[in-house]
Amino acid sequence: MSTEVQHAEPGIFRKYFFSTDHKMIAMQYLFTGMAMALIGGFFAYVFRMQLGFPNQHVPGYGIVTPGKYNALVTMHGSIMIFWVAMPVLIAAFGNFLIPLMVGCDDMAFPRINRFSYQIFLLSALVLLSSFLVKGGPFGGAWTAYPPLSASGAFNLTPVGATLWLLAVVLEFVAFLLGGINFTVTTMNSRAPGMKMYDIPLVVWMIVLASIIFMASVGPLVAGAVMLLFDQTMATGFYDPMRGGDPLLWQHLFWFFGHPEVYVVLLPAMGIVADVIAVFARKKIFGYKTVLYTTWAVGFLSFVVWAHHQFVAGIDPRMANIFSVTTLLISVPITEMVFLYIATLYGGSIHLDTPMLWALAFIAEFMIGGVTGIFLGSSGTDIYLHDTYFVIAHFHYTFVPIAIIAVYAGLTFWYPKMFGRMLNETLGKIHFWGTVIPFNVIFIPLFITGTAGDQRRVYSYAQFAEQSRPALQHLRTTSTIALLVMLSFQFVFLFNFVWSLRKGKSAGANPWRSNTLEWTVPSPPPHGNFAELPTVYRGPYEYGLPGRADDFFPQNVPD
Amino acid sequence: MLERYATAASTYAHWIDYQFLLIAVLVGFWLILAEAVMFWLIFKFRAKDGRPTQYITGEEPHQTRWITIPHLVVILCDIVIIVPAILVWYNIKQVLPPADETVRVIAQQWAWSFQQAGSDGVMDTADDIRTVGELHVKVNTTYHFELMSRDVVHSFAVPAFRLKQDALPGRTITGWFRPNRVGTYDIQCTQMCGIGHALMAGRIIVETPQAHAAWLLRNSSPSVAGQQTPPAAAMDAAMAMAEVRQ
Repeated sequence: MSTEVQHAEPGIFRKYFFSTDHKMIAMQYLFTGMAMALIGGFFAYVFRMQLGFPNQHVPGYGIVTPGKYNALVTMHGSIMIFWVAMPVLIAAFGNFLIPLMVGCDDMAFPRINRFSYQIFLLSALVLLSSFLVKGGPFGGAWTAYPPLSASGAFNLTPVGATLWLLAVVLEFVAFLLGGINFTVTTMNSRAPGMKMYDIPLVVWMIVLASIIFMASVGPLVAGAVMLLFDQTMATGFYDPMRGGDPLLWQHLFWFFGHPEVYVVLLPAMGIVADVIAVFARKKIFGYKTVLYTTWAVGFLSFVVWAHHQFVAGIDPRMANIFSVTTLLISVPITEMVFLYIATLYGGSIHLDTPMLWALAFIAEFMIGGVTGIFLGSSGTDIYLHDTYFVIAHFHYTFVPIAIIAVYAGLTFWYPKMFGRMLNETLGKIHFWGTVIPFNVIFIPLFITGTAGDQRRVYSYAQFAEQSRPALQHLRTTSTIALLVMLSFQFVFLFNFVWSLRKGKSAGANPWRSNTLEWTVPSPPPHGNFAELPTVYRGPYEYGLPGRADDFFPQNVPD
Repeated sequence: MLERYATAASTYAHWIDYQFLLIAVLVGFWLILAEAVMFWLIFKFRAKDGRPTQYITGEEPHQTRWITIPHLVVILCDIVIIVPAILVWYNIKQVLPPADETVRVIAQQWAWSFQQAGSDGVMDTADDIRTVGELHVKVNTTYHFELMSRDVVHSFAVPAFRLKQDALPGRTITGWFRPNRVGTYDIQCTQMCGIGHALMAGRIIVETPQAHAAWLLRNSSPSVAGQQTPPAAAMDAAMAMAEVRQ
């Protein structure tokens, strides 16, 4: 490590394209993810405009035809999950935080780390290139059920469908490489004295998410290769006319697809835990219990997948088993949320912007959680499956995860990443301008879903029951709220760029936090620690009686 | 609760609506309680000068009971929800009450077609009634449906009946419904099936026995049956096309 530090500053090309520094790679993941979020957000704007103001010219896009609508919703879903939530929550925060928080100079395999980002970038480019090919991008929904996805004759996007699949598989490869790195680094490269239960929760959660990801993605990679063969080599793995089975894909997809929800949830929960502890000046209530519930969630997440397929034509007796496991998973998740709320008790709560985001995460995620019960209970899912109720439900989980928790993390670690503080006033304007419209977008959609609005249709003109004016008013309300929410994101972008130069200088530890990343200068130098730290205690020793300071950094001897 | 937003027109619609209400009450109570506790804590323990924070590990027995007791109550609520949920599911999807009538429902890109017995009451005979986009059924009659798809995965959904079942190419899925309210209701396709997905609408017309008998008579006489040939022929052509595409 010490020899690395003495190297001269590398050239631009080596610095940005071949740097193996975990912080550089984290920033590349972060900015790629943010750029993809702008694209995914723009798609949401376009198709919500079509739903709110049917068949009108959408400013900046044009008329939304049925084929384009399908492509927009498919790409919105794929991008937001695979190219925004995963790179930002796992790769960007994981890469930036893990070496700094466990007290080492870099990832265990820096070159694999670099390779992982390059493959990820390639996957994003492959996906975007599908906008340029004949037939346009894939429009068969992000779940890509065959036979629709398997045959160009059915989906009318023969090239787009294959590019989508290739992009997804490349993305999986990138995160398999990343996952190995996160797990090995945390297990093997911790600072002396840092025991398993001294690891900050955000690191634990990213590692557990990586393990869940690596354990669940294998079957889907195999399934994707079979689908690729069906598309390009006329095999019949999913073609019932030739002995294949379309349901096979659904099982392989959801065996990964449901754990994936927890893959992105856990890092978000970890970020929120760390932010709450710092701004409530409190030890996490039952740190070990949080971890046990995480393991329980991780284990159960592997046995709930078929709740996406209750009415898909599986044996109806199977639904009972999956309904029970699905409701069971509510137990550890509820417990985890209760522990977070209990952490607030007896604290000294400072409502700075990161804390506002963290608290909003809990408040909003609970709504997403309880509405899941309606869908996990097989009886009511018959009616609610594939309606806007489902859309509203999972956006009440994914928006807290991929937007709210990410903002909690970004506003919290921004001073460490860039050495300057974000503007607090702009931060609060951005917070309220995001959280209030978010609820106004999705509460109406719970109602339209309850009224029977089905998903993924560009127009309800053909459906008398869904063409009622009252329902259209709700859709229009939702669209207008989306416009408001999107426009407030520019406040954040402005704040982000402005503060890079004009923000108040942060110093090493502006939040008076305990974990190791705050013991190094902001931004951390190449190699992170001038002298590798030794750890003496857990990460959440706030308000320890008998100390002058209300915090007690992990690396300070007793 | 559900009926406020969507008409209920089949026997099991009410079972699902009661289950929905039960869940809404239980989780609504917990949600409001948890949110209230959280906001109260935020207010009560807001930062004040000179008030130190309390050092609580959350690992002592008198502390963990604040989590353990709610945890047990959550398990209890889960059981209260899951038992009727499974009963509702069992009675709708696992049990097949004896049929008074049978209809065949065929999904394809992008239309619904239906086949039911003509006045002879036997399926697959010359006087079968084949319709496209419109299904005529008799009120207070238990129907079995045989659901199939000619190309991709579709989903046969009738919101007013609280009925939803995916149609898979290569298999026939049997289910049932019993309409109990006269009227015309929407049929949706709720599984992404290509660019015509939003056009894949149908109507289900629930008629009184007299009206249904009259409709049956009108449509199953040989001369009118002849008029039904064009849609049937169109369907066969579509099927042939689907095979060519393979």
